[in-house]
Amino acid sequence: MTTRTLISSATLNRGRGKVVYRVVLTLAIVGFTLVFIGPMYFLFTDGLKSTHEAIATPPTLYPHHVYPGSYAQAFDRLDIARLLWNSVYYAFGALAFQLTFDVAAAYSLSKLRPVFGNVIFFLMLATLMIPTTVLVVPQYVTVASLPIVHLNLIGTPEAIWLPSVANAFNIFLLKRFFDSIPADYLDAAQIDGASPLRILRSIVLPISRPIIGVVSIFGLVAVWKDFLWPLLVEYGYTPTRETLNVGIWQATYGTPQNLIIAASAMAAVPTIVFFLFFQRNIMGGLTAGGLRG
Amino acid sequence: MAGVATLREPKAEPRAAQAGTAGRLGPKVRRNLSAHGFLIGAVLCFTFFSWYPIVREVIMSFQKAVVGGGYAWAGWTNYVRIFRDPTFWLAWRNTLEFTVLALVVGYAVPFFVALLLNELRHARGYLRILVYLPVMLPPASALLLFAYFYNPQYGLFDDILRLVHLPTSQWVFQPGSGFISVAMVSVVIASTWMNMGAATLIYLAALQNIPGELYEAAELDGAGLWRRIRHVTIPQTRLILLMLLMLQIVATMQMFVESFVLTNGGGGVGDNTLSVVMLIYQYAFALSGASNYNSASALGVMLMLVLAVFSFGFLWATRERASQA
Repeated sequence: MTTRTLISSATLNRGRGKVVYRVVLTLAIVGFTLVFIGPMYFLFTDGLKSTHEAIATPPTLYPHHVYPGSYAQAFDRLDIARLLWNSVYYAFGALAFQLTFDVAAAYSLSKLRPVFGNVIFFLMLATLMIPTTVLVVPQYVTVASLPIVHLNLIGTPEAIWLPSVANAFNIFLLKRFFDSIPADYLDAAQIDGASPLRILRSIVLPISRPIIGVVSIFGLVAVWKDFLWPLLVEYGYTPTRETLNVGIWQATYGTPQNLIIAASAMAAVPTIVFFLFFQRNIMGGLTAGGLRG
Repeated sequence: MAGVATLREPKAEPRAAQAGTAGRLGPKVRRNLSAHGFLIGAVLCFTFFSWYPIVREVIMSFQKAVVGGGYAWAGWTNYVRIFRDPTFWLAWRNTLEFTVLALVVGYAVPFFVALLLNELRHARGYLRILVYLPVMLPPASALLLFAYFYNPQYGLFDDILRLVHLPTSQWVFQPGSGFISVAMVSVVIASTWMNMGAATLIYLAALQNIPGELYEAAELDGAGLWRRIRHVTIPQTRLILLMLLMLQIVATMQMFVESFVLTNGGGGVGDNTLSVVMLIYQYAFALSGASNYNSASALGVMLMLVLAVFSFGFLWATRERASQA
């Protein structure tokens, strides 16, 4: 028995309500499928058409001559394997940095409570007000020559990895979860002589698996989907350092339409598989942001 | 980080001993050092990639590059220069146009879709996946697909229009710069298709948290469907409606990738889909030979101020309601 919603189940099961419900349900299923699966249908099938058929008017609803060669051609021409590897490398590297530094910082802010911890936490949260797109220019200049150490990170994976750590939302989510862990657990371990690192590893991390899952999934997806930043810092090393997302965009000049679509389809496959695999965590994680207390 | 902490510990001890309160101060200092050791990685990243760039953007906006390298004080020249650039005003107008259009489509549609989904007793899981699927696509994939649909020569959308004997359109490349231009609407359609899933699912979660008794009571009191939405659903989800309204406005004001990919990195015909962030990009990186980080920074400072003032204003204006909810 589901909970009561706007319209009661009783109304929907009786006479006119039942008919209306059936009609609405059918329209919803057909409509949603057309709107959301429709474009993706063309994304995957038009890559199977020849260049000639892909730009034919009127369009063909399905490839009349299946031409899997486009996929192979696009794969070679754009070096999809390389782009894919780059994206995986950037995304998982960024995740490793985020988990190490953000978990440690949130743990410190929540449980070790250093002096000025609250000030630091406030300054971190304040950055949520200033979106990173606004800061691309000074960020780019800074990454091109890190102050004090004078390192140029442009074109290195660190240019994506390190800025991804400065994610106030991660810190906020992790800290809030750590705050909910009873102090008794940690005190008991401390009396037994466990160091802060040991407590983090053996007590805090195992309890926090759900929130770490959420942070990880959204961390991976954010790096994977990012466009402007990787365009700035990894662009122009075709295709050796570009992300998949930027790589397929930059290859569009002078590439036949069917190959572009085939490449776009191939770029979409990993995320679709990832989504279908983790859909529960992803859709559940959306509300972990605390919009609902 | 733990290494840093343990290295520093011995140094702290003698000082504590000197103070003569080794028993109390020692562990406290040690605890603090180890706590800061855990913090240091994130703090360094925030310093280099977030806090310092915020300050630096403001500084750069008042500087100019000098021959031979380095920067000199430039006063308001960068601001004056971009104020005189007609593209600057166009970019703001376009951004506002995108924000308003995306609000009309992208804010209301997910709410009604969520309402609908919440009423369905069947196929809800399937429909939820459908709505969210485009959110997961790499933006370049989704947008290149839409660029293909919008193509004036062989695009699917024009083919459909021809099929039903309607005049065809140039879509994103349609000239014209009325406040509701075809070009911008095309960008909004693609953007909404890509992004609406997240808002829909957040609303859906909020709708599922409304206690059923409220609807029951309202119905017993004779409230019809519309009045139940008006007096139960909307008040119960107000906090989330307001939060998402703010987040969406802040996000759409930063529009970049949609127009950038759909128009091949241009900004549409006569820059009619050029956004502020695209102009920052052009000032800083794309204008041939005259790459100017300082003008770009000045524009960045302006966008930063607009967004910050908007966010604070919005939070301030809605603070009472938020605390009630």
